[in-house]
Amino acid sequence: MRLEKRQHSSALAMVLAPIGAVAFTLLVSTLLVLWAGAPVGQTYALLAQGAYGSVFALSETLTRAIPLMLTGLAATVAFKAKLFNIGAEGQLYVGAMAAVAVGGMHGGAGWDLPPALSFVLMLLAAALAGALLLLGPALMKARLGVDEVVTTLLLNFIVLLLVSLMLDGPMKDPTAMGWPQSVALRGELELSKLIPQTRLHTGLLGAVALAVALWALMKYTVLGFDIRALGANPRAAAFAGVPVTRTVVMVALLSGGLAGLAGAIEVAGRTSYLTLDMSPGYGYSGIVIAMLAALHPLAVVVASVFVAGMLVGADSMSRAVGVPTFIADVIVAASLISVLVATLLTQYRVRWR
Amino acid sequence: MSDFLDILTNPSFWVAVLRIATPLIVGTLGVLLCERAGVLNLGIEGIMVAGAFTGWLAVYVGAPLWGGVLVAALTGAVLGLLHAFLTVVLALSQHVSGLGITLLATALSYYGYRVSFPKVSTPPTITPFQEMGWLGLPILSQQTPLTLLALVAVPVVAYMLYRTPVGLAVRMVGENPQAAEGQGVSVVAVRTSAIVLGSALMGVAGSFLTLSAFNAFFFNMVNGRGWICVALVVFASWRPGKALLGALLFAFFDALQLRLQQSGTTVLPYQMYLMLPYVLSILALVLVARRASYPQALMKPYRKGER
Amino acid sequence: MTDPVLSLSNISKRFGNVVANDAISLDLQAGEILALLGENGAGKSTLVSILFGHYTADAGSITVFGQPLPAGDPKAALAAGIGMVHQHFTLADNLSVLDNVMLGSESLWQALTRKAAARAKLVQVGQRFGLGVDADALVGKLSVGERQRVEILKALYRGARILILDEPTAVLTPQESEALFDVLAQMVAQGLSIIFISHKLAEVLRVSNRVAVLRAGKLVAQADARDTTQAQLAQWMVGRAISPPQRRPSKHLGRAVCVLEEVSTAHARERLNRASLTLHGGEMVAIAGVSGNGQVALAEVLSGTRRITGGRITLMGQAMPQVASELVALGVARVPEDRHGVGLIGDLPVWENAISERLRSGAFSRGPWVKRRAAQAYAKAVITRFDVRGGGPTTAARSLSGGNMQKLVLGRALMHPGSLAEPDSAAFTPKLIVAHQPTWGLDIGAVAYVHEQLIAARDAGAAVLLISDDLDEVLTLGDRVAVMHGGQLSQARAALDWSRESIGLAMAGAEGVAHAA
Repeated sequence: MRLEKRQHSSALAMVLAPIGAVAFTLLVSTLLVLWAGAPVGQTYALLAQGAYGSVFALSETLTRAIPLMLTGLAATVAFKAKLFNIGAEGQLYVGAMAAVAVGGMHGGAGWDLPPALSFVLMLLAAALAGALLLLGPALMKARLGVDEVVTTLLLNFIVLLLVSLMLDGPMKDPTAMGWPQSVALRGELELSKLIPQTRLHTGLLGAVALAVALWALMKYTVLGFDIRALGANPRAAAFAGVPVTRTVVMVALLSGGLAGLAGAIEVAGRTSYLTLDMSPGYGYSGIVIAMLAALHPLAVVVASVFVAGMLVGADSMSRAVGVPTFIADVIVAASLISVLVATLLTQYRVRWR
Repeated sequence: MSDFLDILTNPSFWVAVLRIATPLIVGTLGVLLCERAGVLNLGIEGIMVAGAFTGWLAVYVGAPLWGGVLVAALTGAVLGLLHAFLTVVLALSQHVSGLGITLLATALSYYGYRVSFPKVSTPPTITPFQEMGWLGLPILSQQTPLTLLALVAVPVVAYMLYRTPVGLAVRMVGENPQAAEGQGVSVVAVRTSAIVLGSALMGVAGSFLTLSAFNAFFFNMVNGRGWICVALVVFASWRPGKALLGALLFAFFDALQLRLQQSGTTVLPYQMYLMLPYVLSILALVLVARRASYPQALMKPYRKGER
Repeated sequence: MTDPVLSLSNISKRFGNVVANDAISLDLQAGEILALLGENGAGKSTLVSILFGHYTADAGSITVFGQPLPAGDPKAALAAGIGMVHQHFTLADNLSVLDNVMLGSESLWQALTRKAAARAKLVQVGQRFGLGVDADALVGKLSVGERQRVEILKALYRGARILILDEPTAVLTPQESEALFDVLAQMVAQGLSIIFISHKLAEVLRVSNRVAVLRAGKLVAQADARDTTQAQLAQWMVGRAISPPQRRPSKHLGRAVCVLEEVSTAHARERLNRASLTLHGGEMVAIAGVSGNGQVALAEVLSGTRRITGGRITLMGQAMPQVASELVALGVARVPEDRHGVGLIGDLPVWENAISERLRSGAFSRGPWVKRRAAQAYAKAVITRFDVRGGGPTTAARSLSGGNMQKLVLGRALMHPGSLAEPDSAAFTPKLIVAHQPTWGLDIGAVAYVHEQLIAARDAGAAVLLISDDLDEVLTLGDRVAVMHGGQLSQARAALDWSRESIGLAMAGAEGVAHAA
């Protein structure tokens, strides 16, 4: 069996591909539901309901989608430049740490700034923290040829330990009675709610705005060209005069910054505290979202809502029917693989020897 | 300082080193096989989780311990086959395919565990491999048979790579697949075989955790060991002997930080000790990066007959 | 009349819309050297790749020594006695000569490699054909000529009785080519039959018994080598009578534009080692040399993608900047060797490629924003003026054919945004043109086009540096010719002062031909 590039995009393939991807994913998840002994139809219905079935469900889904959008954008800009940033999880946490340090602990030096200024500083600190964390591995790749996949991955573990250390010590919440969480963010720095009585906060607007901004940057600016050129063909990009190291630095700043912002916005919008479990793998999910969105910033918004829906829907469905929540992760991973294969088959046809 | 020496002169320390090194040795050999054939396999973390789970589950439902190891190997092989299909036949991005498999395998394992044991307060256990007292050798006697397997695997893999025609084929396919094709060697067949075999080893590495080191399956059990194996392969310059060395070195520091935590000389918070292995892995990568002569075709997709 | 050892019957192959081979039928007789002649893109490499099993033909069949040959299977081809020496060597640099040669000769199920026996056999085969090489040497450390020897030994080791050589002299000096022809004669004496692919007419007549000419995928002529002439072959190759390329010497020599003084670059496989050269406006200096002697380093240094570690380079009297974008702004036009991997970014559309090297100068950007409309208009102008076919400004660059890609690269280098106002005039002439293998892989029409453009630019006052593997091109186009060897440049003598023999000696690094500007 081998693959041969198609000469013309086949309309049939374009339609069958997404259908095939969905069908495969549904097959896998249905088998899993059957294994758990739960009624298939009801399970899917509850999944959909829990995700989008009511204003409350929708608000929960959108709330969950916010950090996913940001880590998805972080992965998008990095992967576009062929910088495989697997460290968004760690960058999210250092962003959250920085946010608490500036916004909850007054920068550790007891400053007392007006809320608006504090808020901006807090976000900047978070973005910077995430950016700096990625800068190391990015430069190591550009200058020393060290594969960034492993370095960014290992940093995730180091960061999580650092957070644990901080929560035990300097950032410990004195009022929490041993519960591992940090000092709280000042109340006036918290993001306000978009829909009252729900957890959906204005961070959504910020995330969508950033998606649009990233799209515009990639398509219309010189930096966007540099990033795409570098990712597509580094040698040709260098030949054309693209400043390679500077572009790598910018990509690291953008990607790490977005992931760091994800952490800050989670703290400011949802949790108000830094905790060890505030991110159930948002950094990693961001990568899946970026791939599902084919590295298109606007599609990242859609993909995040989809993935968030799966996660939220699975939570509520699980409480009712008992199918373990991990089915959401299986659905997401299976979607990723099937979408990749489906996309490939629209560009190549299969030839049996 | 004397604390330090106390630790080093205590034989139980070295027993721990070898025990900690075992999954790393086997896992690293698995990654080594895949990368020598030119394919990066980032599915190792998920394959180790899956191997740990299925191997343990098999024993839980009544299979003998070695049966569990076999099941874990088969699980790894199947996942490897998927990775081979995606990366060798379809020539998809090796990074993304591997990460997708890690996510899938991990999620499936956790799901399977939850479905099988819905509400448990204490994790169910099995009787793991016992120490090999009959061996009569210091330090080795306190290991389980899987450690012996790991140590034997190193020269076996080395022999295969350097002294057999199939090993030459694996190396050539990782250096210049066109050259291999031109000599009548099927790149697809050799790469797939290397990936399947390597992934089987990764599955076995995972099973060591549930069948030997511990006797139950926990979430977050693998905890990054798979990624460390990927780093160790670079450190080992893709050579089995150096892989053993790297795994032992890493295990040395890991065991050391455990002992230092326990010995009460906690000048530093315990988290800093736990960070040490990861920091060292990064350092090792940086130090070796310049000199590394890696398989030339690593991570480059190969499509036969494409103009 | 004995049966042919090899018989191709009605072989056809297409790649998408391109017909590479069209119902080709060809025989190879025992003990003969058959030359397969055709210009780039005629289908020669495709045909032999089908023969060897790298590709599967869409139609047709092949018989080898009377037996049908299974399609698409190099293993079957090898078993049938066919061996191939590829144009781009298929060797693993990190493995030894012995490893490269042995691969595939033993069953993959065998438990132990018989290294000693293999080594002995390799030595024996080498002696039989006069091709000596160190079995344990790492291929990556060998010279180009030695690597070709390994590539040939691979086939002979496997007992090839039919040997295909794809453009073997492309990387050799004239003397090395002669040595290769001696080896071919040895092979024929030992019972082999040979297919020899080339686009060099003189060579073909010198070495082969029969010639088969391909043009646009069809077999258009077969002839006995003794009964035909270069002119006749050229006509068959191109389809019309062509006159041999004329020398077009420069009429006005201008001032020195670029001076290299004892320039060196860092230690690497290819480097410059105190190279000196002066380039004047209005002249074309051609650099001859076996590939791998520093040509890449020279081109990269003048293109702004490699730093110098010693010596100086001046451009119009000032120190030459080592940054690509600054060079472009100063009027340096660069045509890189690898249009696919270095010249263009395949995934990006033509218009982004057309402005890629001018983005930093402000011509196509306003602050951080790209001036898309202006850029696309400029791309259109380049496409029109340089006759780039196969797509418009928004087509992905990788969909263009090789020839059109090269025209795009050339157009991008030779045009300037100012000329948008007068698209038909050559209002802009670069100060210096660095052309590295600008006609590699192009068909005769495209080659002629590129030559025209370079000559026109030279006549308008540009200094042109032409680096080429093709000795004919070098000696015909160059006003002065220098030879590159071991990172150093010989004296750049007038083209007519070099003979094929003296240039061949210089290419091989013979004494008395080193140094100076």
